[in-house]
Amino acid sequence: MKKNSKTILAIGLSVLAVVGCANLPSTASLDQLTADIVKTSFRDEGIVKASVLDTDETNRLCSAADVAGKPLDEETARALEAKNLKSIHWPSDGKYLGDWKEGEKIAQNGRGLTWSDDAKTVNGGNCYNCHQIDKKEISFGTIGPSLYNYGKIRGVSDPSSPDAKLMVEYTWGRIWNSKAYNACSNMPRAGHMGILNEKQVRDLVALLLDPKSPVNQ
Amino acid sequence: MKKFVGGVLLWSAVCVPAVWAQKTAVQSIEEYRAMLQDGNPADLFEAKGEDLWKQKRGPKALTLEQCDLGKGPGVVKGAFTELPRYFADTKRVQDLESRLLSCMETLQGFNAADIAKTAFDKGEQKTLTALATWISAESKGTKFNLSQAYPEERSFYEVGKRLFFQRGGPHDFSCASCHGQDEKRIRLQDLPNLTKNPGDGVGFAAWPAYRVSNGQMWGMQQRLNDCYRQQRFPYPGFGSDATVALAVYLGVNSQGSVSVAPAIKR
Repeated sequence: MKKNSKTILAIGLSVLAVVGCANLPSTASLDQLTADIVKTSFRDEGIVKASVLDTDETNRLCSAADVAGKPLDEETARALEAKNLKSIHWPSDGKYLGDWKEGEKIAQNGRGLTWSDDAKTVNGGNCYNCHQIDKKEISFGTIGPSLYNYGKIRGVSDPSSPDAKLMVEYTWGRIWNSKAYNACSNMPRAGHMGILNEKQVRDLVALLLDPKSPVNQ
Repeated sequence: MKKFVGGVLLWSAVCVPAVWAQKTAVQSIEEYRAMLQDGNPADLFEAKGEDLWKQKRGPKALTLEQCDLGKGPGVVKGAFTELPRYFADTKRVQDLESRLLSCMETLQGFNAADIAKTAFDKGEQKTLTALATWISAESKGTKFNLSQAYPEERSFYEVGKRLFFQRGGPHDFSCASCHGQDEKRIRLQDLPNLTKNPGDGVGFAAWPAYRVSNGQMWGMQQRLNDCYRQQRFPYPGFGSDATVALAVYLGVNSQGSVSVAPAIKR
């Protein structure tokens, strides 16, 4: 590890020498230094492989925009959203709503995919970490908007009616791949990244849109 | 927290039947948090750390009293709130824990790589935690003032910033997903905004800390390690450049904030 650090610093310093800048190396060389440091600093542990950091274009561009402190330009954002939208897997049997009671359990569950979980751990949706959902649950996070009365507010009284079709599809899509609607959303792409399976997404759609769900009381 | 209680009160006006359960839950959380301030078991680690600093240990049977934490050999007071910094002898930017590891190797003859590979609560890692607790306590109440004089320190700040915003893993999380905005919570846990100075004794200025929920004393290395675990990232090596660069970013952002370490946490 020590050797690696020295090599990296040597690279960093040689970059400095080449650029000859009084303050900082160029953005590109700092990006490269960061990539080198990531390579030598992180390792596989348990079920988590270091390769999960070889991320896709969406994450790369959004991270760079965050570092620059400027949002993506419109054109890039729309292009990323279109790409993510295209990759959404819609329910194979055309059934969008499952069991809201199961959905509530998935929303409560924050487990899975850390190096202290095992491969048999059933992944949760982590929903309450960031959202208010059922009003009875007072332990909810605030990073995402409140989802209490989600269906009611959007006028969905019968999810199987043609009127509700767009909202039902949007809700599925948003859970499956949130970046299809907001390129740099903070929300994980639950279906797209294989965190949740089709049945789990169906149950979450029911939690949000089933008129019987506590969300819509 | 105050805000949250306010929210519940507002709620109670709208929704009467559920009020008692909610109030009780919030009150007990408040009580629990108040109780935590009564005494800090970190004191025990602090005492142990001071002993370990002065004890002849390792293959060379020497003390750490000649260890240079940045302010000259043996100077402990005020060292913590100036770390991480660049060290000419190792030619590396080092945080407190990676610096201690270097001292244990050069002065006492321990194998730093072996200790870095050891689990947090085992063997010489326990020594490092106790030492870090005591050394941080020796700077309690002083303000963070990290150097950005060396080019390596400036580069590490920039690398740390990039790491802070690095989205990845199955959940696309970055540090900023949770710590990039003001006044947010995960469940009931308040989240400091670490893209700027979050205030005295908050964020970077609150570690090492004793964690009541698991009865463990954690240094900053373990704090960052557990963040990365929950972020679904792979395992960051102990004292690795990524963890140190991130600490430089957090530490420089915390410029001027008062350290309360060793702190006590839920």
